[in-house]
Amino acid sequence: MEKNNIILSVKDLEVKFKVRERELTAIRKISLDIEEGKVLAIVGESGSGKSVFTKTFTGMLDINGRVSNGEIWFEGEDVAKFKNNEEWLKIRGKKIATVFQDPMTSLNPVRTIGYQISEVIIKHQGKSKEEAKKEAIELMTRVGIYDAEKRYDEYPFMYSGGMRQRIVIAIALACHPRILICDEPTTALDVTIQAQIIRLIKELSIEYNFTTIYITHDLGVVANVADIVAVMYAGQIIEYGTVEEIFYDPKHPYTWGLLNSLPQLGEKGEDLFAIRGTPPSLFEKIQGDAFAPRSDYAMKIDFVEEPPMFKVSETHYAKTWLLDPRAPKVEKPKNIRNLHEKMLELTRKGGIYGER
Amino acid sequence: MENDNREVLVSVKNLEVTFTNGKRAFRAVKNVSFDIYKGETFALVGESGSGKTTIGRAIIRLNSTSNGDILYKGKKINGPLTKEEKREVIRNIQMIFQDPAASLNERATIDYCVSEGIENFHLYSSEEEREAKVDEALSSVGLLPEHKSRYPHEFSGGQRQRVGIARAIIMEPEFIIADEPISALDVSIRAQVLNLLNKFKKERGLTYMFIAHDLSVVRYFSDRIAVIHKGRIVEIAPTEELFAYPLHPYTHSLLQAVPMPDPRIEKNKKLVVYDESKRDLSGEKPVLQEIRPGHFVFANEREMGEYREKLRKMEEENGVK
Repeated sequence: MEKNNIILSVKDLEVKFKVRERELTAIRKISLDIEEGKVLAIVGESGSGKSVFTKTFTGMLDINGRVSNGEIWFEGEDVAKFKNNEEWLKIRGKKIATVFQDPMTSLNPVRTIGYQISEVIIKHQGKSKEEAKKEAIELMTRVGIYDAEKRYDEYPFMYSGGMRQRIVIAIALACHPRILICDEPTTALDVTIQAQIIRLIKELSIEYNFTTIYITHDLGVVANVADIVAVMYAGQIIEYGTVEEIFYDPKHPYTWGLLNSLPQLGEKGEDLFAIRGTPPSLFEKIQGDAFAPRSDYAMKIDFVEEPPMFKVSETHYAKTWLLDPRAPKVEKPKNIRNLHEKMLELTRKGGIYGER
Repeated sequence: MENDNREVLVSVKNLEVTFTNGKRAFRAVKNVSFDIYKGETFALVGESGSGKTTIGRAIIRLNSTSNGDILYKGKKINGPLTKEEKREVIRNIQMIFQDPAASLNERATIDYCVSEGIENFHLYSSEEEREAKVDEALSSVGLLPEHKSRYPHEFSGGQRQRVGIARAIIMEPEFIIADEPISALDVSIRAQVLNLLNKFKKERGLTYMFIAHDLSVVRYFSDRIAVIHKGRIVEIAPTEELFAYPLHPYTHSLLQAVPMPDPRIEKNKKLVVYDESKRDLSGEKPVLQEIRPGHFVFANEREMGEYREKLRKMEEENGVK
């Protein structure tokens, strides 16, 4: 596989958590190269390991968790080998910053907004208090806070949810990180605000020249932001490709299921397609393909042996036995075959996407 | 319009809900009027803080109203009621809440959670009958009778929401207010819960008021949609009418903000931000008025003229005539 400018490279990563004397495998051998300047979206339901996966890049696993195998290469170092906080401080926040879901919990409620931004600038860039304030106000203005000078001394509770998330983004950008991880950054926000925040992150990524990793379960957001999509299920990446490959030519039955259960594809009065059952427990050893018990396309081998990553194209990979040359030819569900035409039909009327 | 022949189940007239905090009063719901017909799914859509949940809670008497009437089958149900009347309202109108983890008593078994309602209302004559009712409610939402002895924390989010639905269904209500029932659930589970709600609508002829902010779900699930902004309804229309002819600029920005699961469409989208301060609000006070049969928009005479013109253009684009 030829790729230029890999900013972060993960090899055979495995993460385990100790929960009440039992061990849970949250990440089961993931390998992934992240290209510089691209937007990678990681999709999956809760418990699929998408947050845990990216937390390993900044050493933010909970104390009961550990990287039990594998490597994470960033700027010539294997950060998976990092032992103490001092090592992590070179990277966390400085080189790789994270924007979390709930802006209220990531901000300190008893410190002013201005203090929280300039604190980061003073600490990481070694600037004076006055300089930091100036830069903080610039940043606040840049992320869309009107009257930044006035609002510098206000507290988080005086800001709306969308404004708070803008502040969290400003703090993340204060150190000019190379990678920005956005962990469900808009899930707690209203749709209209969500659209604005997504656009802001996109603009800033060009201006500040960082690589974005989005974590989300919203396929609409993925379609909007992503260049590359990784679909996660039960601690593994089960499909990986460009955004167009994942939406228009998906190969894994789980990706099919996710797309097929979109309410946009539902006929009024008729049942939506629903993936049956629930994800497997990660406490147990998973035999074969983790999705097999919920899949309509499972074959005998799916319950016996784990499928490898099959190559579909230079940029597209999927972990399903259906791609094995010996497997029967199976087409994706009818409902998602002409996804683009269906979505066009939905948006054609009313000029919702027009200039009006 | 066929609406005239349909039975109105719930009628909200000039509703106002005011929250007071010491001397400060805040009108969360302003002069809201709408009808919900029997057997339909009526959606209330808006951002957080728009007052949509407050309206739902006012209907089931969890929030008191400061003005206006709420009629259920023609009978006023807000304001002071006798004990019997209150019981009648509570029995017939049930609510499904957003966060299934927060709405169930974590110290009570599923058996208790589900049967709490019928116990309070003595809707059974013997212990056997009670158990049979609970079993039936659980199996109708796809849970098993042996789940009865378990506690809410032993269930997944989707299963807990099923319990929340069983709890409402067991009362055999006619009208259910579902307040963001799937937004706390995972994508693969959402479809399961929506299908369940659809099943009850078909089997029992239930009427739903569906409170949501996700317009893609609303489009699939509802018959009519009311868009609410800052405590005011700005537009009401049948679902497809609203998507084809969004008139109020706020409706338009809301529809347009919903991300479509299609990269080619999304990457070419232009974002419209609704800014009330930039609108021309001159002229007399706007009111909610009918512009096409069944399609209401909040406007004054000047704006009505503009909307009619807009409608005409959209019809042309949509290939009508």
